[in-house]
Amino acid sequence: MSDAKPAARKIAAPAVNTETEKFWKAAAEGKLLYGWCLACSEAHYYPRSFCPFCFSDRVEWREASGAATVYSYSIMYRSPTGPYTIAFVELAEGPRILTNIVDCDFEKIAVDAAVKLVWKPSDGGTPVPLFTLG
Amino acid sequence: MSIKGKAYVMGAFEHPTREAPDKSTPQLHAECMRGALADAGLTKDDIDGYFCAGDAPGFGALSMADYLGLRKLSHVDSTETGGSSYILHVGHAAEAIAAGKCSVALITLAGKPRTSPPGGGPRGSGGFAAAPEAGFENPYGGSTHNTYGMCAVRHMHEFGTTSEQLAWIKVAASHHAQWNPHAFLKDVVTVEDVVNSPMIATPLHRLDCCVVTDGGGALIVTSPEVARRLNRPRVKVIGAGEAPKGTYGGKVDLTFSGAAWSGPKAFAEAGVTPTDIKYASIYDSFTITVLMQIEDLGFCAKGKGGAFVADGNLISGVGKLPFNTDGGGLCNNHPTNRGGITKVIEAVRQLRGEAHPKVQVKNCDLAIAHGTGGSLGTRHGSATLILERE
Repeated sequence: MSDAKPAARKIAAPAVNTETEKFWKAAAEGKLLYGWCLACSEAHYYPRSFCPFCFSDRVEWREASGAATVYSYSIMYRSPTGPYTIAFVELAEGPRILTNIVDCDFEKIAVDAAVKLVWKPSDGGTPVPLFTLG
Repeated sequence: MSIKGKAYVMGAFEHPTREAPDKSTPQLHAECMRGALADAGLTKDDIDGYFCAGDAPGFGALSMADYLGLRKLSHVDSTETGGSSYILHVGHAAEAIAAGKCSVALITLAGKPRTSPPGGGPRGSGGFAAAPEAGFENPYGGSTHNTYGMCAVRHMHEFGTTSEQLAWIKVAASHHAQWNPHAFLKDVVTVEDVVNSPMIATPLHRLDCCVVTDGGGALIVTSPEVARRLNRPRVKVIGAGEAPKGTYGGKVDLTFSGAAWSGPKAFAEAGVTPTDIKYASIYDSFTITVLMQIEDLGFCAKGKGGAFVADGNLISGVGKLPFNTDGGGLCNNHPTNRGGITKVIEAVRQLRGEAHPKVQVKNCDLAIAHGTGGSLGTRHGSATLILERE
């Protein structure tokens, strides 16, 4: 085994389109947005121009607090850049979102563990929302 | 309109290669077609319906039909639901035949991810960049391994499922694969072998994962009139169900698969229940895939899959539910990372009594073939097919 630490995994730049541009502009300011439906009062993620539950177009962006809990996770070992953890976390506002859990002892990650929002730069693109224990 | 009894699977062919460095992907499709036609006792010009999915190169059905020389087509369908596509295609072919749109349908799959990655894989990977979920998922390094791993972690959390229970699924597949001369992995493994193999994506070990192979397969589905003319055992389509499942705006639930919806539809159409099934082809991209689908199809109660698969219950001649007697994707073959078609092929072998004698199920008159395509952990297609020996 080599002691050389593998290069950190690069985070692919997210695809941005006209429908999601506002989300990524907010991300650049450190704000995690989710969709809120004024018609049926349901939160949704990923955000879109209509409500995926009632199909109303009376939706608005809201800022998440950044508090969440782990719904499920998996530590990926088959990686040339070292282990990383993918997860669905449940935002305090409701939606479960796909993300990475970073900058912590992976062995301490568990279902229902509390996590909080952090941001990391993507490879040549906007920062993306990630989470860490605590 | 029910498809029950409206169509028959009369030809089935599994390409024997597991590594095809000297063949093109279209060539593999053609060889599979040749094999299925020979099996059915039909010729190219009998084909009037063609079905393919995302592994078909170029312009999909258009490029392939032209390349294969299919000049009498009156019906084409290139519905793409990942690895479940080819199971779904049998149901769609039966619908088309019942509606009089065609009478001899060909379904093909082929690819060579083992010897020419990544260009030999499914087309359309560039198209994923335009998927609505792309920006919100691609940065996170989701793969088949870790997204299925998340399903397993949640299943373990909710139901107490263990790695040892999951391992029994690989053990059963390996017991079957030892009799298949074409199987990519032929060695019988133990529960200890599985749980001691390297961790790939928690909680899935290397031996919880399927093989990656080149190859392919083809099926011929015909009308009852054509089936009766052919001198082959008849395998009747009696039920089919399909149901995509997604992440639902943030309400994703990883504890069940689309089989919970496609399965009951297929059983209702067939007029049978899980206890009637003699043999089960269950898509086995990973051990957890099998476990969840067995529960969702109703072979045991939700959450009880771990206990159900333990102690060899999936081994032919030993347990209650013989499954994947060719060795499945876990040991035999997972051509172009899309194992759906091999699920139908082994079910046909079982119903004809043509499986290997060591794994052939006695009096096998009713079988299920079920597949999951895409990703179990995010969005996937689910297709269930019930077949009966006539």
